[in-house]
Amino acid sequence: MGELKITRKFAVLDIDKCIGCMECMFACSRRFGEIGFNRSSIRIRSAGGIERGFTIVVCRACKDPPCAKACPTGALKLREGGGVLLDKDKCIGCELCAKICIVGAVFWDSGHSKPEICIHCGICTNYCSHNVIGMVEA
Amino acid sequence: MSSNYLNRVLHIDLSKKIIEVEERSDLFESNLGGAGVAIKLLDEECPKGVDPLSPENPIVLAVGPLTAIYPCASKTVAMFKSPLTGNLGESHAGGRSAMAIRLAGYGAIVIKGASDLPLYLSIHGDAVKFKDASTLWGMKSSHTVGRVLREAERGSGVRTIIRIGGAGENLVRFACAVCETYRHFGRLGLGAVMGSKKLKAIVVSADKSFKIKDATSYRKVFDEVNKLVVESAAMKKYHDLGTAENVLPLNALGGLPYRNLNASKCDCAEALSGESLAEKYLARRVSCSRCPVGCIHLAALRELYEPGYYFKTTIIPYDYEPIYSLGSMLGLSSSEGLLKLTNEVDVVGLDAMSTGVALAWATEAFEKGLISKEHTGGLELRWGDHQTYIEAVRKIAETTTDFYRDLGRGVSYASKVYGGEDFALSFGGNEMPGYHTGLATYVNYLTSSRHSHLDSAGYSLDQKLVGKSFTAEQIVSELLTEEWWRQVLSSLVVCFFARKVYTPEIVARALATVNIARSQEELEKLGEEIYKDKTHFKLREGFNPSKYHVPKRIFEVETPHGLLREKDLRKAIDVFVGQLRKIGVNIPGS
Repeated sequence: MGELKITRKFAVLDIDKCIGCMECMFACSRRFGEIGFNRSSIRIRSAGGIERGFTIVVCRACKDPPCAKACPTGALKLREGGGVLLDKDKCIGCELCAKICIVGAVFWDSGHSKPEICIHCGICTNYCSHNVIGMVEA
Repeated sequence: MSSNYLNRVLHIDLSKKIIEVEERSDLFESNLGGAGVAIKLLDEECPKGVDPLSPENPIVLAVGPLTAIYPCASKTVAMFKSPLTGNLGESHAGGRSAMAIRLAGYGAIVIKGASDLPLYLSIHGDAVKFKDASTLWGMKSSHTVGRVLREAERGSGVRTIIRIGGAGENLVRFACAVCETYRHFGRLGLGAVMGSKKLKAIVVSADKSFKIKDATSYRKVFDEVNKLVVESAAMKKYHDLGTAENVLPLNALGGLPYRNLNASKCDCAEALSGESLAEKYLARRVSCSRCPVGCIHLAALRELYEPGYYFKTTIIPYDYEPIYSLGSMLGLSSSEGLLKLTNEVDVVGLDAMSTGVALAWATEAFEKGLISKEHTGGLELRWGDHQTYIEAVRKIAETTTDFYRDLGRGVSYASKVYGGEDFALSFGGNEMPGYHTGLATYVNYLTSSRHSHLDSAGYSLDQKLVGKSFTAEQIVSELLTEEWWRQVLSSLVVCFFARKVYTPEIVARALATVNIARSQEELEKLGEEIYKDKTHFKLREGFNPSKYHVPKRIFEVETPHGLLREKDLRKAIDVFVGQLRKIGVNIPGS
């Protein structure tokens, strides 16, 4: 009689509505009371000039994530619903995870020498005023 | 990470090629940031009476205590001595500039001197470099400069690229600095000041983070402010049609200058309206960093430019003011023509507003025979002829003939040389904005610190007063109160589009979360003090609104309040002088 558990993950719903305000990027680091992007796991970039619109770089919640496979110390555990969770104590800061992620979604917190990877908490999606991003069932 | 970097001022000397970072908590503590700090730095760094195009004229860029922290705190204030007016130059731009400067670790950047060879500045946090821009110099298109620097410099996505086009290099007095392709430090000639320093561009990227001490309170107030912004009526207005929404209402009211203000309404308004542009050309809406509104409207213009299916698509930003200055003011009746002309102005890096007013004056002067084809380089300037105007824009930027060099000094100067002062629509040396709405707007243009409609919103006051009786005293008081409060907003630095959200109460609470304790009353008083600082600089440089030339044209065309009478305007200026004297500002009178 266990409750039905729905695992959710971050998703880009409609990139064409993105205005590039960066509120998602700031919302992510606001979790830590920080201003700036060192602790932010999401980036908005212009797709080769603003006229072409924007690209969102964020963890895609791979079911079989290369970053976890690349980690030599087992610091990246598989997250239910896809993606990874970081065990900071195990991480030696080798950056192999960042190098292997083909979409570049493993960001580097140089202050702490640890990866910043989206944990699919969904906080950023609450601050997107244009329904570009949201949470979906994993 | 105890610092939030705001107090750090980056000094750059282009003559000596040295940089220095100075801690100026004194300035930021007394005047918050933005305009408040910039005017102090300008006053310190700019010698009295200096030639605005000489190395001694500094460029100050400043952000404020809410920059990168609160929504719509998205603007950078630039201050310099204006080569157009010979007085206070202040221009605001958004894009990514404010966020990038703050998170590069600075509250302000002061650029002095002039380089012997063309340079651009590469500022990535603490790594500040002078870079050789010889290859970029002579590059006429501001867009191309941006493209090259996007590839050459790091910081993609979190940087600003502020650059000039050919107009700035050639010292056209109303050359602008283009920021992120679609935003501008438009007014009063920052582009020419950069050009005089052989400074082609400034790249700044964000590479720092800082902690907010009381994160819980910050998150709470942030959510509250964010909700107010997102749910505000302004959000919808500015996102839907953008500032172009104003075209039809102003035309219906009879406040939209047409053909160098020979009329205040026109049949062309429909074609130039925000509605028409959106339906035919709107391609994308984008925002400045940290602004959820997204008021920047980009049109996509697809045109056949050669037989054989050679199409090109150009992305062109549009806003109310360029629609007025390059559209209705020049009698354009096609939105396609308007977009093409706007694009050319952007490419060469001119201020759209001054350019439109300059071309409008030139067209009327041409009609009246004050100038001929010999002056215009063979161009027959005619209302509505966007193609000829495009060629004229190139000539203004190139400054290769006496006439275009003179025109490039603004209509005030040009009309002194060629005649036509009665229809040279400039106030305090700055070409007029797109509102012929009544007494308040002209008192605003003549007396306010930038001679800009954004200083004290006279256009808005006029519209509120239609059908009501009012006195000159009331108008002057309301304009001053508005201008004082706007000094606070532009010191934070908050976009004026969010001014209804950032009430004194909200500002005080937001500041408290970044450890700045100011009561609402103190903030209002500070606005007055910053205004006084600016006015003192202006007086030092010869500000005297009682003596400013007023073109007769504005008294000849109906406003929404009927014909404006010169004696009413003169009286209001006297009232203004009296009110300033009452607050201890020693301003000359008539």
